[in-house]
Amino acid sequence: MRRPKLPRSPKVLAGLVLLGFFLIMTVIGPWLAPYDPNLNTFTPNLGPSWQHLLGTTTLGQDVMSQLLVGCRVTMVVGFIAGFVATILSIIVGLTAGYAGGRTDEGLSMMSTMFLVIPGLPLLIVISSYLPAGEQANPLVIGFVIALTGWAWGARVLRAQTLSLRNRDFVEAARIIGESRWRIMFGEIGPNLLPILAASLLFTILYSVGVYTTLAFLGLTDVSTWNWGTMMYWAQTNNAALANEWWWLAPPGIAIALVGTSLALINFGIDEYINPRLRTGTTTARERRKMGMDRRPRLGFTPVHRHLGPQPTPDLTTAGTDVPGVPS
Amino acid sequence: MTSLPRRLAIYALTAWAAITANFFLPRMMPGDPIQQLIGKLQGRVTPEMIQAIKAQFGKGLNQPLLVQYWDYLGQLLHGNLGMSITLSAPVGQVISSQVWWTIGLIGFAAVVSFVIGTTLGVYFGWTRGSRADVAIPVATFLQSVPFYFLGTIFIMIFAAKLHWFPIMGAYDPSLTPGWNWAFISSVLRYAELPLAAIVLCSLAGWMLGMRNMMVTTISEDFILMAVAKGLPRRRVMWQAARNAVIPSVANLALTIGLLVSGSLLVEQIFNYPGVGNLLVNAVGNEDYPLLQGIFLVITFTVLIANFMADALYYVLDPRTRSVAAH
Repeated sequence: MRRPKLPRSPKVLAGLVLLGFFLIMTVIGPWLAPYDPNLNTFTPNLGPSWQHLLGTTTLGQDVMSQLLVGCRVTMVVGFIAGFVATILSIIVGLTAGYAGGRTDEGLSMMSTMFLVIPGLPLLIVISSYLPAGEQANPLVIGFVIALTGWAWGARVLRAQTLSLRNRDFVEAARIIGESRWRIMFGEIGPNLLPILAASLLFTILYSVGVYTTLAFLGLTDVSTWNWGTMMYWAQTNNAALANEWWWLAPPGIAIALVGTSLALINFGIDEYINPRLRTGTTTARERRKMGMDRRPRLGFTPVHRHLGPQPTPDLTTAGTDVPGVPS
Repeated sequence: MTSLPRRLAIYALTAWAAITANFFLPRMMPGDPIQQLIGKLQGRVTPEMIQAIKAQFGKGLNQPLLVQYWDYLGQLLHGNLGMSITLSAPVGQVISSQVWWTIGLIGFAAVVSFVIGTTLGVYFGWTRGSRADVAIPVATFLQSVPFYFLGTIFIMIFAAKLHWFPIMGAYDPSLTPGWNWAFISSVLRYAELPLAAIVLCSLAGWMLGMRNMMVTTISEDFILMAVAKGLPRRRVMWQAARNAVIPSVANLALTIGLLVSGSLLVEQIFNYPGVGNLLVNAVGNEDYPLLQGIFLVITFTVLIANFMADALYYVLDPRTRSVAAH
């Protein structure tokens, strides 16, 4: 099988750079933190300064240190939950799609059920019953999140498996006498990779969001620093009313940026799965330079074969200027 | 998409699963949270209250679990959700006094964000590959912003700093609730900011989904045909949009849950009366009966909303009907 190659669009590149940045911060963030995030001996409510790059909280703590230390827990829980959920969705989705019949009925029904039950309220109920010791353990929370987050991936994987199941190469493998497991993970599996990657990214995004939300509600240990607990403390101390934007904004923007990076990479995967979504690797300026129409065209996907310095007239583009259509 | 009766069956099953989870979760959890709660409540509430909680969670009854479960189902059927510990009132009453605020706010926000998001999606799908594509990363960022975060920022900028909007609550506290213009206009005024936060966060998802569907639809043959026939651009766009919106409606089910989950916390930020606010307070006070009741009410409401979305899809897409006829 050909190795899936992500389209090299600026979107994907930006996503990869952003995600890489946060992954590096996950590793080295706590070492970079200038102070102990719990240390509350600074002058409270200071705006950003060289001493405190992101100011201090009402409690006299350094915001920058909290942000850097909190990155690790937030990302680790998000990724663990994402991976566990994806493994669950592979098991359920692949089995349902490949086995078909009653097994499929049952498993699909189960995923639909998990899909329609509102995840956050369920998580809130479960985690509020957890003993305080378990609540404080990010891993436990990660697993609970994974339990509620696998259904979407399972559904997408099932649909794709179903469409692959009756293709010729799978049929051939069956005739050769390959085992069910080998067909499932050796033949069908690799063809699911792009969808699997998309579902993994989506689930990590979901997990980061849900984990920080639970932390924001005070449902995880409020003394473990993650971006949700930062906002929990900001909210309990009425940072919004005191206009302490340097305290409020960083954790929220960090969460949003992690989400954005994952979603941007997902765009690339979407464009890989569905080539129609590709709008070309050229920017508007490049196209104008090459004498191409800047306006999007109708009726087909623009294919720019020759992107050299001397563009040859592209036949596929030429045929579309339908006379009489105001553009 | 399966037929409507089948969907209905799945939703019924989901409702039953939620009820069952609600029953077994507190009983199966490690550390026996209910026993701990009872211990903490000793001396703080009336003995009748403790008795009621014991009865609801099957403490000291020595009945087999199945009998308790049967009893629980019976109680639910009679609309009995137990007593709220902190509010000392029946959970059903507490929730029904607040649930309309939530349904009003979230329901309205859902419709508004769907309409705006889909319209924007049509536009950006149509102009794909042009400068308007800048909207994509912006929308992606907005989509990743936690609802409650945007709500807090809105309060900080527009309410606390600029004083354009009231800071919190659902209406001017000096007014008495009633069907008069003063009260209604106050309700609308107070709803503006939370509504804006929810709509802004959720419309990005609609927009991106719709844009993708639009781009895919535009490259279909029938659109090329429509162009070749010389239909005006606007008509072609309308044709494409009409076909692209169907999967968007099919995805409603997925999104309703996310929307509700996100909006619950917005209520808390704005101190808006409603189920979300109750839920957060119930969590803080370990008010388990209230927590359970709210979970059930939210789940049921989301299931009903999902079914309505399915019915809409069924009406919009004739193909589902022919499949159902088989």
